[in-house]
Amino acid sequence: MARSIVTSERPRGWSGIGRTVLAPFLRFRESSVAVVVVLLGFYFWTANNAFFTSDNIATISQLTAPTAIIAYGETMLLICGEIDLSVGQVFALAPFIMDFVNQAGVPLPASVVLALIASIAVGFLNGLFTVFLRVPSFVATLGMLFLLNGVTLTISHGFPVHTPGGAFFTAVMGQAGFAEIVWALGLLGVMHLVLAHTRFGLHTIATGGNLVGASEAGVRVGAVKMANFMLTSLFGGFAGILEAVRIRSTDPLAGGTEAMFAAVVGAVIGGTALAGGSGTIIGAMLGTLLVSVLKDGFTLLGVSAFTFDMILGVAILVAMVLNVRLSTLRRGGQV
Amino acid sequence: MSATAADAIRTEDIVKRFGAVTALAGVTMHLAKGEVLGLIGDNGAGKSTLVKILCGFLQPTEGRIYLDGREVRLRSVTHARSLGIETVYQDLALIPELTVYQNMFLNRELTGRPLPLLNHREMKLRAEACLREMGVRIPSVNTEVAKLSGGQRQSIAIARSVYSQAKVLLLDEPLAAMGAKEGALILGLIRNLKAKGDVSMIVIAHNYAQVLEVCDRVNLLEHGTVALDKPARETSVEELTELVVREYRAAAQGGHR
Ligand SMILES: Nc1ncnc2c1ncn2[C@@H]1O[C@H](COP(=O)(O)OP(=O)(O)O)[C@@H](O)[C@H]1O
Ligand SMILES: [Mg+2]
Repeated sequence: MARSIVTSERPRGWSGIGRTVLAPFLRFRESSVAVVVVLLGFYFWTANNAFFTSDNIATISQLTAPTAIIAYGETMLLICGEIDLSVGQVFALAPFIMDFVNQAGVPLPASVVLALIASIAVGFLNGLFTVFLRVPSFVATLGMLFLLNGVTLTISHGFPVHTPGGAFFTAVMGQAGFAEIVWALGLLGVMHLVLAHTRFGLHTIATGGNLVGASEAGVRVGAVKMANFMLTSLFGGFAGILEAVRIRSTDPLAGGTEAMFAAVVGAVIGGTALAGGSGTIIGAMLGTLLVSVLKDGFTLLGVSAFTFDMILGVAILVAMVLNVRLSTLRRGGQV
Repeated sequence: MSATAADAIRTEDIVKRFGAVTALAGVTMHLAKGEVLGLIGDNGAGKSTLVKILCGFLQPTEGRIYLDGREVRLRSVTHARSLGIETVYQDLALIPELTVYQNMFLNRELTGRPLPLLNHREMKLRAEACLREMGVRIPSVNTEVAKLSGGQRQSIAIARSVYSQAKVLLLDEPLAAMGAKEGALILGLIRNLKAKGDVSMIVIAHNYAQVLEVCDRVNLLEHGTVALDKPARETSVEELTELVVREYRAAAQGGHR
């Protein structure tokens, strides 16, 4: 059926060796990141047997899970053309809210819900500043970053506290060996479905791809952005609670810009364009996993953190070049 | 030609100001059922603004709009669409990152039940059927719009509007930046739609020969008001050119305004 509208007009291509080498990478962005992860894993395994033990796999999963959860939200925001720099501070604040509400006599599960609602409220404010007051999200969420950091340090007096919770709650909310990664994989499924198979997902891409066009088509671009800001904060808060429960300590300095940048890096390595309009949730997970495997493998090999940063820097640059090439190729017609 | 209750669209004294700029200074016009109205005028005359008001994207500062003789306030693009008004914007409003069928169904996606998940299969089938019927040729409905040529994009934008069985179609410069071959393709699409007779159209264009070819009537917009309203067969390319150019001449001679 599709053949009847096939035209002989061939779009112009991007020629040269570059295309031959890069095309498969670009077309199957996620799978190429997955291949790199497998190759790295194989390398570290041959270099050090300890890499492929259940203990170390658990370590990698714990490195990956919270960052990946943040990266899902950040990816949605980047796709619709915005960014959230404050999500790492929501990560730190949410478990404190959970603690305080719990100490005030509210049952723990309800405290979690209230902490998540508070996280969503932060996203709402970020969205309000960006969508209605027209402050660029980079600046609005930078302000929020400092504001929240101050709030968390104030209410905690700068000290970590023991995270409350009985055995069952603690196990489910992050402490059982693979609890966090199960959460991360569950949310991966949900968010992939949301992005690729719902109107909201399509409208998120449309908003980032052509803001004016989307709104002329009747897409409520402001609402789409608001929703994604709230989603990002929600995921940030949730990841923060999981980590606080896992390590049994609620730390005012947890998360922060490091967690936020790690999530953005994961999204970018996974193929999300910072300019908006494209990206995938699976890519975000794989990008995050790649960084975790690198970090873990280097630690096992005793490579210094300084070297790790250099390698990570190169990885980010390569990923960005691939992203830019990808969009050029798209406009050019091939791939 | 006077306005009647049977007009698809009628406006009275539409004024639109953007801060200090008055884009429309009292536009009274009408579009009969099944008619193709050519809207011409210099850049900045207010043509796009008028279209954006008629499709609910902008709210008029003053004035009234009647659909089928009944006064309406078009609250949003979605609202206007629900009343049968579809628009092809000057900037096309397509999303380059989305595929052809995703663009065609943007903001009127088909979803399944019980979960509101997108029904990609059905949307593809319907998009293919619609494009085939209109004679639009593209590689596939799965192609990203970024890979299409200008004419193909324009065709998709028009197909998207026609798909919903619009009663009123607003086309803002559908022939702009189009080669002769692609332009002819779009003109053909407009003519086919006109032959079917169930849609009224407003077509904005700068090529007066093309305007006179497809339109029943021509309105000239000048400084935000309708300066001329004539049946296409009673005017000519020369007259329309003269009307638009005389302003420049007046300005050049220092006698303007
Ligand atoms: N959103 C806007 N804000 C401010 N001024 C605008 C806006 N849209 C249009 N205008 C102004 O209104 C006038 C008419 O513009 P437009 O309707 O686009 O003209 P045309 O389509 O006939 O070229 C121009 O002077 C333009 O600068
Ligand atoms: Mg215009």
